[in-house]
Amino acid sequence: MSGSSNFKPKSAILQWTERRLPILGLMHSSFVAYPTPRNLNYWWTFGGILSFCLGVQIITGIVLAMHYTPTVAGAFDSVEHIMRDVNYGWLIRYVHANGASMFFIAVYIHIFRGLYYGSYKEPREILWILGVIIFLLMMATAFMGYVLPWGQMSFWGATVITNLFSAIPGIGPKVVEFLWGGYSVDQPTLQRFFSLHYLLPFMIAGVVVLHIWALHEVGQNNPAGIDVKSDKDTVPFTPYATAKDNFAMICFMIFFAWFVFYIPNYLGHADNYIPANPLQTPTHIVPEWYFLPFYAILRAIPSKLGGVIAMFGSIALLAFLPWLDRAKTRSAKYRPLFKQFFWVFVLCCIGLGWLGAKPAEGGYVIASRILTAYYFIHFLVILPLLSYYEKPSPLPASIADSVLGKQPAKA
Amino acid sequence: MNKNTLLALGIVAAISFGSAGSALAAEAGPQPPRQKWTFSGPFGHYDKQQLQRGFKVYREVCQACHSLKLVAFRTLGQPGALGFSEGQIKALAAEYQINDGPNDSGEMFQRAGRPSDYFPPIFANEQAARATHNGALPVDLSVIAKARTYEVGFPGFLIDIVRQYQENGVDYLHALLTGYEEKAPAGETLTPNQFWNKYFPGHKISMRPPLEDKRVEYTDGSPQTVDQYARDVTAFLMWAAEPHLEARKRIGFQVMIFLIVFAGLAYFTKKKIWASAH
Repeated sequence: MSGSSNFKPKSAILQWTERRLPILGLMHSSFVAYPTPRNLNYWWTFGGILSFCLGVQIITGIVLAMHYTPTVAGAFDSVEHIMRDVNYGWLIRYVHANGASMFFIAVYIHIFRGLYYGSYKEPREILWILGVIIFLLMMATAFMGYVLPWGQMSFWGATVITNLFSAIPGIGPKVVEFLWGGYSVDQPTLQRFFSLHYLLPFMIAGVVVLHIWALHEVGQNNPAGIDVKSDKDTVPFTPYATAKDNFAMICFMIFFAWFVFYIPNYLGHADNYIPANPLQTPTHIVPEWYFLPFYAILRAIPSKLGGVIAMFGSIALLAFLPWLDRAKTRSAKYRPLFKQFFWVFVLCCIGLGWLGAKPAEGGYVIASRILTAYYFIHFLVILPLLSYYEKPSPLPASIADSVLGKQPAKA
Repeated sequence: MNKNTLLALGIVAAISFGSAGSALAAEAGPQPPRQKWTFSGPFGHYDKQQLQRGFKVYREVCQACHSLKLVAFRTLGQPGALGFSEGQIKALAAEYQINDGPNDSGEMFQRAGRPSDYFPPIFANEQAARATHNGALPVDLSVIAKARTYEVGFPGFLIDIVRQYQENGVDYLHALLTGYEEKAPAGETLTPNQFWNKYFPGHKISMRPPLEDKRVEYTDGSPQTVDQYARDVTAFLMWAAEPHLEARKRIGFQVMIFLIVFAGLAYFTKKKIWASAH
């Protein structure tokens, strides 16, 4: 589904190069001529926004790494050195710290967009699975990055999360020691987390290339969820999608800048401005907001191993989604029942996020259990059943018809 | 789905997962009242007079126990700081004794502070600090204004995003400094080294009430009251924790203007391009 590759540079030098390495042609067919469905709405701009986020994190991260010291004695102070003495260090660090949250806001919108419009369905299964892998890598990267300032929440967050692996029967304790590089979260842990935190973003970039490659092979899904049938259904990526992505990205930057410049510590924990102290446990150990729904699932299950399985399962389940939801109709627009269940599911996730921030006691635990159960029921029961029992509404004859206002064809 | 829905949903998505910071609840007790600060809001800036008064309170009261080890003397004269001149900072630094060395004969020695030095530790180590405070540890105050908060429930924590409320820490500190009660409520017992504070998590605090009226002399006519001392020293601690706050807000405003104009241009460009497609 790549665009017409009759690209021919004007200059002789570039023509010479192009005959030997057709990189300009590749760029041209991928980002200029590439046909995009003409009915894409603004929810489709988050792919571009996510690339922007990754770029921002890598660039600010490289600069931070030039000034940061990954030692238990020096990490906290080196972050404060960045905040105080490095030129615009405060800006770079706040962009990086808030950038992680922005990255997750964008990725959650992107994922829910995919869920709503059935972007995981045939022929986009691999595209979707690559997305799940990126999500997992993002979580690992964010988790390790949060440990680096070596504040109280860094230390205790790392302790709680790495301890999860001790639930693995038999080898659990050994695995945890292997992760720590010792018998507790300490210098070796911090140092390897720093190393991996620097490595993983480049792995994300690699999988992103595959993700985009797969996307350009099968073509974008669209709000109508129907296949492109003729040239009338598409517009070239440039200038159409570029102009739209550009506008959306700038709006996203305004939102981003609001946090960075005005409330830079809003999304963080005050406790992380207290240097790590292995002898003093904070009253509540809470992960960053983007992990809260999964944290709620973890704590909802009374057994440790069960909780760990449920938490990882809740993410792993996403990879199997193309085979759990077998309905032929992709877009929720034409699936009246699925649409309702989708929004219930969104509320369920928000509810889990809220519960993840609450102490694990009393009514919160019961609510967490109910919502955790619903999370799994949505994927394992509701979606498979809907595939068989739901009667979709009639689809428009073509993408062009769906935007240009013709009535849907009689089914 | 128009842009408004998009933005609104973005905000909701960001926040509905619960403000992470707000999860760190003070266990019980009333919420610290919100104070007016010159450094809040999009055009916030420090009041140099206030910072200087606060610094005086720190030096004459807090410094007896609390260090400020991440703050260098030279930063007191930076733009957006206390407005001290180079000479003032030199004189101030020289009042402190800094542990230095080893010298050529291998000995550590004490010397007068220089502007490039940091505020020295008050105690040689944690054990020494605890030993003189009945086991309690007076914390370093360098980032204390960002290291404390209190829980803001729903929907307040959402409104705080729009209002740019980021003064949780300073409101708590002011409340703590002014929140001592003469004695514990009935049914609560305090050890001789504990004091009852309305706002301290758990209420039993080992720090004795540090401020009293007229304890520090102000030469600019400001009221010499506990409330004013608490306000001033808290503002100073905010500066200590966030010395580049003024630059941040100033640059932030420039960035916002730029982005909003840019967004406008991008919007009309997009509109023109798409006009032919419909």
